[in-house]
Amino acid sequence: MDVVQLQRQLVDYRTSLYHEGFLDEQFTQLQELQDENNPHFVVEVVSLFFEDSERHLNELTTALEQQSVDFRRVDAHVHQLKGSSSSIGAQRVQQVCIAFRNYCEEQNVEGCLECLQQVKHEYSLVKTKLESMFQLEQQILTAGGSIPM
Amino acid sequence: MGMAAESQFHVLAVDDSIIDRKLIERLLKTSSYQVTTVDSGSKALKFLGLHEDGATNPNTSSVSPNNHQEVEVNLVITDYCMPGMTGYDLLKKIKESSSLKNIPVVIMSSENVPSRISRCLEEGAEEFFLKPVRLSDLNKLGPHMLKTKFKDHNQKREKQEEKAAFQSPKRQEQEEQHQHQQQLLQQQSNNNKRKDIEEGLSPERTRPRYSGITAAV
Repeated sequence: MDVVQLQRQLVDYRTSLYHEGFLDEQFTQLQELQDENNPHFVVEVVSLFFEDSERHLNELTTALEQQSVDFRRVDAHVHQLKGSSSSIGAQRVQQVCIAFRNYCEEQNVEGCLECLQQVKHEYSLVKTKLESMFQLEQQILTAGGSIPM
Repeated sequence: MGMAAESQFHVLAVDDSIIDRKLIERLLKTSSYQVTTVDSGSKALKFLGLHEDGATNPNTSSVSPNNHQEVEVNLVITDYCMPGMTGYDLLKKIKESSSLKNIPVVIMSSENVPSRISRCLEEGAEEFFLKPVRLSDLNKLGPHMLKTKFKDHNQKREKQEEKAAFQSPKRQEQEEQHQHQQQLLQQQSNNNKRKDIEEGLSPERTRPRYSGITAAV
């Protein structure tokens, strides 16, 4: 595939991620902060998000497995996850976190478990999509092209 | 690289989230500010030279010009929700500190809680930003930092002027009123001593006024 085709593919793919609600305006803000002096900014922040999220998801799984669930602990992790997903523009993850926090407040274990499943699912989706997008970007750069805004 | 400290504003950013620290750092650097990030309120206080019990290391005041601190902090921007010391707690400690209270503080929060916002503003926060913070939000920071720089420079200039025995018209007026009562003293005192007597301070206290602790400008 030539550079122009790759670039077109990237733009289409990115557009679809916005349309499907995986990404929101905040992700665009991140891209705008990237420049020649900080060419890997977006990948770096997103990588931090992946590491951080996986840690919170593991903690949440453990917390909700307990005999007596500590909802403050659960809420603390969901709050962090909600914050970080909002910071990178991972809209669908953020939205599940909002519902998740409501269940925490109600001390509803079933609701929380349901949300945990949902947030893991949404996280895994956005992770796959962002990784595909980064791969496309890398292909373009390797082929000598530049990343379209 | 190699810039003098005065030519760039230095912002101390406090946030327990590594993602948000990275983000705020990039936003601030893009706005041409020098940045230091820390992950807690207690680390922020340590960086500012203030110990949690309120004791100050007199060598690290960021207001005094002739201190031994390597970097001056022109603004603190902090997350509200942090474990241990919240952003509000940090704001309070800074505003209660005689050496740090002039540093402008900005609070960031992911939650739009009106009572939280007003509480922070009442405690002396200059701005309250909702997360995620944007570049356009940071445009509001300049004036706060400039105001402090000018205030610092004015304080420095006034101290230097007093040292050089310069008197403002107001001072001259006050002294003329006291002159016939204190003629004998005038002949023997220097200007600083006379002002101290007028203000009710002991004659021995001339230099301590310039330490920044009791000076009221």
